[in-house]
This record gives sequence, C-alpha cells and structure tokens, in this order.
Amino acid sequence: MSEALSMGGYGPYVWSCIGLTLIVLAVCAISARRRQHRIFNDIRTQLKAMEQSR
Amino acid sequence: MTPAEHDGSDLLAGFSAIVRRDLLLAWKRPGDALNPLVFYAMVSTLFPLATGPSQQQLLLNGPGVLWVAALLATLLALNGLFVSDYEDGSLDQLILSPQPLPLLVLGKSVAHWLTTGLPLVLVSPVIAMTFSLPTEITGILLLTLTLGTISLSLLGSIGAALTVGLNRGNALLSLLILPLAMPVLIFGARTVSLAVAGDATSSGVYFLAGYCMLNLSLAPFATAAALKISNE
Amino acid sequence: MWTFFHKLASPPHFYRIAPAFIRVFAVTGLVLIGWGSWGGLFEAPIDYQQKDAFRIIYVHVPTAYLSMMAYSIMAVSATIGLIWRMKLAHAVAAGAAPLGAWFTFLALATGSIWGRPMWGTWWEWGDPRLTSQLLMLFLYFGYMALRSAIDDPLKADKASAVLALVGAVNIPIIHYSVYWWTSLHQGQTVMEGKMPPEMLNPLLINILGFTLVFGALLLYRVRSEVLYRERRSRWVRELVLGGEMR
Repeated sequence: MSEALSMGGYGPYVWSCIGLTLIVLAVCAISARRRQHRIFNDIRTQLKAMEQSR
Repeated sequence: MTPAEHDGSDLLAGFSAIVRRDLLLAWKRPGDALNPLVFYAMVSTLFPLATGPSQQQLLLNGPGVLWVAALLATLLALNGLFVSDYEDGSLDQLILSPQPLPLLVLGKSVAHWLTTGLPLVLVSPVIAMTFSLPTEITGILLLTLTLGTISLSLLGSIGAALTVGLNRGNALLSLLILPLAMPVLIFGARTVSLAVAGDATSSGVYFLAGYCMLNLSLAPFATAAALKISNE
Repeated sequence: MWTFFHKLASPPHFYRIAPAFIRVFAVTGLVLIGWGSWGGLFEAPIDYQQKDAFRIIYVHVPTAYLSMMAYSIMAVSATIGLIWRMKLAHAVAAGAAPLGAWFTFLALATGSIWGRPMWGTWWEWGDPRLTSQLLMLFLYFGYMALRSAIDDPLKADKASAVLALVGAVNIPIIHYSVYWWTSLHQGQTVMEGKMPPEMLNPLLINILGFTLVFGALLLYRVRSEVLYRERRSRWVRELVLGGEMR
C-alpha cells in the first residue's frame, strides 16, 4: 500500500497536486455557498426593513 | 442630419477636426506629452544601473528593456485619453455628434499616437545607442516601434474607454491592457533581438504589421462601444 | 424546444429548476472523478519516460481544459448579453469568471509541480502552455477587477462584456505569439505520442467528471447572480419573505 502511495518517489508531487485540486474545488463550493447565503440574507433584511417602515 | 446624408469629405472633416483639436490641446500643454517621453528615457536608464554596466549584457537585454519601457510609457500616457473630455462634457458631444463615433475615436487615437508614440519612436535610436546596440538595426527598431506603438495606442484606447470615470482607473487600466499587449511586446522585442544577432526579422515585422492593421480596423469599434457604456 | 429555452431564460423558472441540475451534476461529477482518479492513480500502467509523475495529468489536463472552456463560456454569454440584452447571459458571464480564474490557477499550479521533477525547475519559461496559462490568469483578473470597479451592475455587465470580447479576439493571438517566442528557444514538452487506453480512459472519465462539477459550481453561482439581479422583483420578494429555503 505504502509503495503505491509513494509513487516511486514522485508521491509528494502527485499527492500535492491531488490535494491542491480538492482544496480548490472545496473553496469554490464553499465560497459559492456563502455568496448565495449572503445575497439571500441581504435581500431578506432589506425587504423586512422596507415592510416595517411602511 | 442623418448618417445617409454624409459623403466622404464630410467624414474626413470630422476626423481631421478631432485630430487637430487634440494636437492643439497637446501643444498648449506640452508637459502632458513630454512626461511619457521623460519616463521612457528614465526607465531605460534604470536597467543598466540595476543590472551592471557590462556591455555584453546590455546588448543582450537592450531590446527587451527598450520595449518594456516603451510599453510602460505608452500606458502612462493612455490614462488621460478620455478623462478631460469626460470631465468637461465634450465626451457627450462626441457621442451625440452625427459623425460615426468609431471614426472620431480613431481620430483621438491618431492624435494620441502623434503626441506620445511618435516622439517615443524618434528618441529610441538615441537610447539604443546607450545600450551599444549596433546602428545597423536603427531601421528595424524604428519600424517595429512604430507598428507596435500604434497597436498599443489603439488597444489602450479600449482600456481607457472602459475605465473612464472610475476611481483608481489608472491601475485598473494597466491590469486590463498589459496582458493584451503581450503579443506586441513579444514580437517587438524579439524582432529587435534577432536584428541585433543578425538573423532574419521579416516574420516579426509581418506579424506586427498585421496586428497593427487588425487593431486599426477593430479597436475603434470596441472603444466606441466602451465609451457609450461608460458615459451612460 | 423553443419554449423550453424561453422558460429556462426566465429568471424565476431558472432559479427553481437549477438546484435539481446542480445536485445531479455534482454527484455524478464527483463519482466520475473518484472513479477516474482511482483508475489513473493506481491502475494505469507507469509511463516509461516519466514514471509515476505522469499521473499528475489526471488533474492537470481537466483543469487546463476547463480554464479555457470557462473563458469561452464567458465570451459567448457576454456576446449574447450584449446583442440580445439577455440578463441571464450576463449572469452566466459573471459566474464563470471566478471559476475560470480558480481553474486556471489549478492548471498553473499542477503544471508547475509537474515541471519540478521533469524539468528540475518550478517554472520553465520555455514551455508555451504554462506561459499562456499565466497570461490567461491575468485576463481573468482584469475582467474581475473591471467588474468590481463599476458599481452599477447593468453598466458592469456591459463594460465587462466588451472586455471579454476583446480578450476572446486576442487570446488566439497571445497563444500564437507565446508559441512563436518559445519556438526560438526550444521548449520542452510534456507527454508526447499516443496513450494506451488504460491510461487514456481514466483521463477521459476525469475530464467528464471535472466538467460536471464545474457545471454544478457554475449553475450555483449563476443562481446567486440571478437572485441578486432580480432582488427588486416580485418573485424574489415572495420567495424570500415566503420563508422558502435558500
């Protein structure tokens, strides 16, 4: 198993690429989600404020 | 007057009026046109001071340094292309005028090149001499710089039109235009390097000429569209 | 057929049906990436020249391909938005830019890590692909900077669309000039010749998987853009105040 993971000495290069890719994909997903929540909450706050002022 | 009533001489009159107006404005405020030129000379002298006086090295890096300096100097001058027109409202007049906007914008680019690009081209043989570049390459240097700075003026006008009226438009303009300017830099500097080494330069010159034609025909339309959007 | 597209282009309809697509794309994409990567990392035979280092290809090529795909999507939707004044198209362009930048960054980073054992250096100017990817990243930065510098979203849409178009015209020229530049000093190339199917198939599976995940992320971002752009409309009002989930 460890032999397969070490990739004949190239393990650090291969696995850092895989890890980096996974991290960036996760960052993309999380930032997209946060943006959606922020926009949604902003609109809700604004609409509630407008309703109360009426 | 509707566009259908125009004839060729009418179009030419509008174009040359813009060129004359901008040249006159530049004549009245020579500092604006001189700044890029001084900047060009200064950046070019910074490099030998930073990298050492070895003549061999200067010969090797000279063409690249010259082109980077020319690119930065052109960028420096571009920021003001539409700003004063935007501030005093003459941009509205340009957009509302019955003349086709791309043609007027081309007039502005031509005037811009005559006041900043052309002087830059003319002093470059002197700067090339300080890099001990051989005098035989003066012809190719002038030719490539002429074609390249025309392209840069036109490309830059798109960026200037997109950023007119924005805060911190200056830094943004460089960010927008520098990647687009890479082909000019690559071909310009490489062709001069090849000339220094005594190799064939025709492929680079043809590319720069073709790219210049492409920009002459397309950039004014992009600039006109961008100006209309920015001035809304 | 046409009514389907018309409905799709209507913001409330898009907002409602997007989550189903996002879920399907994300799940299928992740499963495919898992499958393809397993095959690529553990089952594909060792490359006789590059040994195990060639396995970086299974993340490098999909991200590099998607970084260019994202720019094409951006440029095409910018054109549609400019010509037909379609709001959804501008939202697509706005959503594609940051994703494209991230995928370009990934392609650059994995290419650079790959280059270290192959060329003995993290950055090889002689490789035209790395260099033109870097310029691509700068183009994305410029696009996003222009977008964020303009306060009015309608104006930002149109101005950035012009920039995207100018960039799209220039990208082939930039690529060509970078290739010309490196041809003068003999750049090395990674991977030449044909791959046997047991190497190629995992790569194709991964390309499809990454494309689906990219599609899911893009739809998610476009959905947020649509919500923001339509914030003053009645359907958003009903949706947000109606206590419906995000």
